[in-house]
Amino acid sequence: MAMLRAIFSHASGRIGGTIVVIYIVVALLGMFDVTPHNPLQQFRIDRLHAPNAVYWMGTDLFGRDVASRLMKGVGQSFLVGFCSVTLATLAGTVLGLTAAWFGKAWDALVMRVMDVLLAFPAILLALLIIAIVGPGTWTSIAAIAIVYTPIFTRVVRGPALSIKSREFVDAARTFGSSRHYILTRHLLLNLVAPLTVQVTLALAWSLLTEAGLSFLGLGTQPPASSLGLMLADSRNLMETAPWLLIFPALAIMISILGFNLLGDALRDILDPKTRSRPA
Amino acid sequence: MSYLTRRLLTFPLVMLGVSILVFVAIRLVPGDAITAMLGTEAGLLTPAQRDALASYFGIDQPILAQYWHWLLGVFQGDLGISVTYGKPVLGVILERFPLTLQLALMSMCVALAVGLPAGVFAATRNEKLSDLGVRIFAMIGQSTPNFVVGLLIIYALSAGFGILPTMGEFTPFFTNPLRNLGQMILPAVTLGFAFAASVTRISRSAMLDVLSDDYVRTARSKGVPKRSVIWRHALPNALIPVVTLSGVEFGYLLGGAVLVEQIYALPGLGRLVLDAILQRDYALVQGCVLFIAFNFMVINLLVDLLYATLDPRIRLGEGG
Repeated sequence: MAMLRAIFSHASGRIGGTIVVIYIVVALLGMFDVTPHNPLQQFRIDRLHAPNAVYWMGTDLFGRDVASRLMKGVGQSFLVGFCSVTLATLAGTVLGLTAAWFGKAWDALVMRVMDVLLAFPAILLALLIIAIVGPGTWTSIAAIAIVYTPIFTRVVRGPALSIKSREFVDAARTFGSSRHYILTRHLLLNLVAPLTVQVTLALAWSLLTEAGLSFLGLGTQPPASSLGLMLADSRNLMETAPWLLIFPALAIMISILGFNLLGDALRDILDPKTRSRPA
Repeated sequence: MSYLTRRLLTFPLVMLGVSILVFVAIRLVPGDAITAMLGTEAGLLTPAQRDALASYFGIDQPILAQYWHWLLGVFQGDLGISVTYGKPVLGVILERFPLTLQLALMSMCVALAVGLPAGVFAATRNEKLSDLGVRIFAMIGQSTPNFVVGLLIIYALSAGFGILPTMGEFTPFFTNPLRNLGQMILPAVTLGFAFAASVTRISRSAMLDVLSDDYVRTARSKGVPKRSVIWRHALPNALIPVVTLSGVEFGYLLGGAVLVEQIYALPGLGRLVLDAILQRDYALVQGCVLFIAFNFMVINLLVDLLYATLDPRIRLGEGG
């Protein structure tokens, strides 16, 4: 509750938090098919219909309801974003913690592998992985998770190294606490703040990457709905049916903006020592 | 050992790691290396042809020997043959690279031309309405994917003025500079948009830090005009993080222009990678990825060296 109060007393947190809550509600509604129409149903008589009371965001070339497809697409991007960031957080936390704890050869090996992964621009590494495995939702999740794992590993390893050498960790060792207990209770709990900020920002990046991959035809595959795919489909029709472009574009922009604002607010709230200037 | 020494020493090691990853990745493609090289056409080969090809490409040898031969080839500029183009991969890449390089350079110019003055302007009007406006612009800019910016620009131009910026054959700069710049300006603005937002945020933040320093206060109290304090005293010191960001972003622009090149139908390196993936031209995918990763790493290394040169206070002993 104290955290929620802190977020909503921060200007960026208030706006970002509200957007993220609305985004998650829309995503869940889309995922559980609670949409105004069936997103795949073709109302052939109403093809390329402008927004009205029945079709809130108009219809596409096949007469499918854009609002329903958009809700489904938001659900899809949330699924990809949530799963990929969860995987990257888990992998990065385990690798970063163990690298910091065991040090020596394991640390060197983990960090050099992460350096290798960081040597690729994110979208390029994702494209390489998709080139090998083939396009699809689960490939996108795996690709985005692999791309962002090195960032989480670095975020965890740095502070874990400094916490490891603190007196309370030495004391825990002296009292005979197990390695598992020290790693989870002392190190991991102290890393919750930087991890929370990173997770929020990574969600914004993953939404961006997922939309980009789907736009290129390498993410979510039709007839499933995705914001990137909707934008790709809008390219040849944007003059006659601008709603096909405007609504998905706004959905992507606003959702990424929400996570970015929330991430900035969390950074200010959770890490006052390195507080960034409001920007 | 200082951070920079360690950075220089680990560079070849990481490069070796990148080459192993790219080599192994392509061999993970379902089917053998001949399938990887010829794609679906491999199914048309007779067993004798397949054996002959296996021997010719050296893939009947152990994997380590294969890697060694491939690496020796890479050092000699031999990245294999593209089955799509029927030409050496390096040649195809070098044909496309100038466009991507030009696009990245122009995007950086756009970003700096917009972002730097906007950041300085906002910092000098801290917490005022104009500062808030710049900050909102920067936040929206950072949250808008470049392909969305591109689509919105194309829509605005086609709906408002009846212009379609994606029409016509691409003209290289040295063939017709004016026509080339005309074709490149919108992609550069598209790609530079988010970058401009990042430059705005970081230059504003750095300027605010510098403007509160003692030497700036001293200059002001000695009667140095405000304009001179901002542009001559404060800005050079605030530029250090901007230079770092620009270097890193430039690396991303070289490798991340896939979407923008796709939207504006520009035959650059990003689109080459995408086409290679869609056509399953694995030698070309491998070559492009290696080429882009190498450039990205060299640029990041140069940025680190430049960072230390620009700011002698920096002793990067605690780096990862």
